[in-house]
Amino acid sequence: MFQVRIHGRGGQGVVTAAEMLSVAAFHEGRHAQAFPSFGSERTGAPVVAFCRIDDREIRIREPIMEPDALIVQDPTLLHQVDLFGGLHPEGFILINSAKSFDELGLGEFVAGFRHERLLTVPAGDLARAHTGRPVPNAALLGGFAALSGLISLDSLAQAIRERFAGEVGEGNVAAAQAAHAWVADELRELSGASAG
Amino acid sequence: MCRPEVICAYPISPQTHIVENLSQLVKTGELAPCEFVNVESEFAAMSVAIGASATGARAYTATASQGLLYMVEALYNASGLGLPIVMTVANRAIGAPINIWNDHSDSMSQRDCGWIQLYAETNQEALDLHIQAFRLAEELSTPVMVCMDGFILTHAVERIDIPSQAQVDAFLEPFVPRQVLDPDAPISIGAMVGPEAFMEVKYLAHAKQMSALELIPEIATDFRQAFGRESGGLIRSYRSEDAETIIVALGSVLGTIQDTIDELREDGMKIGAVGITSFRPFPLEQLRAALAGAQRVVVVEKALAVGIGGIVSANVRMALTGIALHGYTVIAGLGGRPITKRSLRNLFLEAAEDALEPLTFLDMDWDIVNRELARMASSRRSGPHAENILRDSGPVAAGPV
Repeated sequence: MFQVRIHGRGGQGVVTAAEMLSVAAFHEGRHAQAFPSFGSERTGAPVVAFCRIDDREIRIREPIMEPDALIVQDPTLLHQVDLFGGLHPEGFILINSAKSFDELGLGEFVAGFRHERLLTVPAGDLARAHTGRPVPNAALLGGFAALSGLISLDSLAQAIRERFAGEVGEGNVAAAQAAHAWVADELRELSGASAG
Repeated sequence: MCRPEVICAYPISPQTHIVENLSQLVKTGELAPCEFVNVESEFAAMSVAIGASATGARAYTATASQGLLYMVEALYNASGLGLPIVMTVANRAIGAPINIWNDHSDSMSQRDCGWIQLYAETNQEALDLHIQAFRLAEELSTPVMVCMDGFILTHAVERIDIPSQAQVDAFLEPFVPRQVLDPDAPISIGAMVGPEAFMEVKYLAHAKQMSALELIPEIATDFRQAFGRESGGLIRSYRSEDAETIIVALGSVLGTIQDTIDELREDGMKIGAVGITSFRPFPLEQLRAALAGAQRVVVVEKALAVGIGGIVSANVRMALTGIALHGYTVIAGLGGRPITKRSLRNLFLEAAEDALEPLTFLDMDWDIVNRELARMASSRRSGPHAENILRDSGPVAAGPV
């Protein structure tokens, strides 16, 4: 089972992100479960959503406390909320930001993890460029697909188009593709750097 | 899918998107000739459902928590009149303190109002139970509530098999009412009944639920044959045949319990579970048969009978009269507190050692409780409990109010 925890704020499409991720997995013939952790719903409040993906039926219903991957849609949460609690040492982290982990003040923290699994991607900027709005969820999922290989870009695009009709869907797919390419480039550089 | 003819509901978290989506389907004509009636409250919703059902329309509504309480008088009316309304209850805690998260206190508070109560373990079963519920309700002419855990199920996206309309139509025939208000063949429904006949009329609701003990498994068998999967029924056993410790629970927590049981089984523990799907009528015989061989039964329940303890466990006890085994009540998950595999694992290990108190509260923070009790003891104007505890536990910064 692969467990993804997505952090963000109300209005950033965190819950939708978890749902689209689960639908993408569903299109690949896998079992998936997506659900939110709610507070009173209001724009700007911290929101957490969860997605489990497995090849067998998922029966467990608790919040994800030991994620295999974290997606952080809003970096302002970084030093306010315990985002990283329970993250597996081999885990993936993808943060919506143009800054690096060092620049975000996380340089020390990430020392214990696998550095090629921790990335930032300017998802909000890519989203704004392709959809006109800085809602980073679809873009982040595209980046996450490249980072983790958990789902394919094609399945994700299908899930995005099912959720958002017409131009909005296409824009989000384009943002996801751009983030996917961005992350793929970063990963190539990282492996090139460590090989060199 | 069940071809409702009247949907009338008032929004309340966590049921809102059920009703919103249904109203959308009505608007697009997908549910034609279904009528969606906007109502001003849950009491109105059930009242409209009663009126609609009495005229021979297949009626449906949905609610939760405070909304269920608001319609209580009408709930008793519906069951007393024998109207086959089906209602989804998106299980949510009852305030005060105000809480929108999942537990079973809402439906449990109405366990004796005469409605059949079915509890869904998964979203697949929630879908399936609604199909079965209409058939059950209309056969017996008695209302049925389908309970599904708020947020945990209502807001979860998971893989389900949606049957075809043709499949559902073959399983669920059009509503043929046992009583109908029809100007062309006038009758009255709802006469006042005095001491001379009240007991007999009231008993009918009970008689119908007793016959549901046979009908529910029949419908589940038909369902399995028609749709190819297990869904519904009275109870469902999981690895309990040779179990020394059996966990009893309702609803979505059974999934987490099953995962926990699998782990403990690998460590050699003889443990299993029995999920109760039909809570009303309460399957005394079936539970007795399923539990009699165990050394201990642990009932994990999401509601608290203030002043006494467990609700489900008290009912389960009735199934075990004369059988000597250890019984434990565990109150868990109130107000949406997550029930984790880790906590359950520790709980079950303690149970296996018979190291549990008869009544346990899972993951309770006793420091907070004791602090508040001490506050009450030390001062008359000790203040409101919720506010004090929130300040104690941190979400609200302590400071001048």
